[in-house]
Amino acid sequence: MRWIWIDKFVEFESGKRAAAIKNVSLAEEHLHDHFPGYPVMPQSLMIEAMAQTSGILVGEARHFQEKVILAKITKAVFHALARPGDQLRLEAEIENLTEEAAAINGTIRCGEKVIGEISLMFSHIDKNLAGMEFPEENFVFNEQFMSLLQFYLEDPESSVQSS
Amino acid sequence: MAISREEICIKVRETLVDALGVDDDEVTDEATLMGDLGAESIDFLDIVFRLEKAFGIKIPREELFPPENLLNDAHYVENGKLTAEGLTKLKAQMPHVDFTEFSRDPDLNKLPDLFRVKSICDYIDSNVNAA
Repeated sequence: MRWIWIDKFVEFESGKRAAAIKNVSLAEEHLHDHFPGYPVMPQSLMIEAMAQTSGILVGEARHFQEKVILAKITKAVFHALARPGDQLRLEAEIENLTEEAAAINGTIRCGEKVIGEISLMFSHIDKNLAGMEFPEENFVFNEQFMSLLQFYLEDPESSVQSS
Repeated sequence: MAISREEICIKVRETLVDALGVDDDEVTDEATLMGDLGAESIDFLDIVFRLEKAFGIKIPREELFPPENLLNDAHYVENGKLTAEGLTKLKAQMPHVDFTEFSRDPDLNKLPDLFRVKSICDYIDSNVNAA
C-alpha cells in the first residue's frame, strides 16, 4: 500500500500556502472495513492528508534541506464525514516557520462546505534532536512526494507561483 | 508600551491552556511545565510561537526553555549533572530563572522542575517592560 493521501496539488505559493485535492474512492481497501456497509474516510487519514499537503509546503519553503516531520496536532475539528465519491480540497497556510519548526493552519472542504479544521506543528529533526543520528539522505521527502510537486510545477495548465 | 504584570500572567496562562490543552485552574504560578502540565519539547516551540504573537516580541528559544544543545554537550554535563561551566552558561542564558536551589545539586533530572509558569511570566515581564 502506498502511503499517499493527496492526489494532486492545485495551488502552490512557495513559503505561504498550498491547496491539494484528495478523491475518496471505494477502491481504497481500508474503506471496506471502515466501516462495513458505511464507508467513511478515517479522520486520522484526513489529518495525514493535511500533514502531507502542509509538510511538502513547509519542506519546499526551505528547499527540502530539512527532514520535516509531523510533531504535534494542535487542533483537529471535523464537521462532517467524507464519503466515497467526495472530492476533498485541502488548503494549508504557513503560520510560522523557523529553522527548527513550523506551524500551519489548514481547512478541508468538500464542495462549499468546510468539513475539517486542522492545525499542525512540524519539527525539523536535524535541528532539534541534538545528539541523535539520522540517515543523511532525506527520508521524508521521497520520490512519491517530490513527484507530486513536480507534476504541479510542470503542468502548463496550472498557474505557477515563483518562489 | 508597558503591560501590567497581572495582564501578562493572564495572557501567559491563556497561551499555556491553548498550547498544552490543560484546564485554566491547572495553570498556577508554581506549576512546572513538564511535570505538572505535561509539556514536551515540541510544546516549547509551540509556546514560543504563541508568546511571540501575543506580545509582539521575538523570543530566542534557548532563553526560555531547556536548551537541548547544552544538555547534550560533554563540556557542560558530566555524570548526569551540570558542570560548573554548564551551570554558568545556563545562568547566563536564562537570567530570569532562579538557580540557587538547583546549584547545590545540579542534577539534570531536577532541571525540568525549574521551568514553572512563574518563570515565563517573569521573562515576558522583563522583556516587554524593559524596552
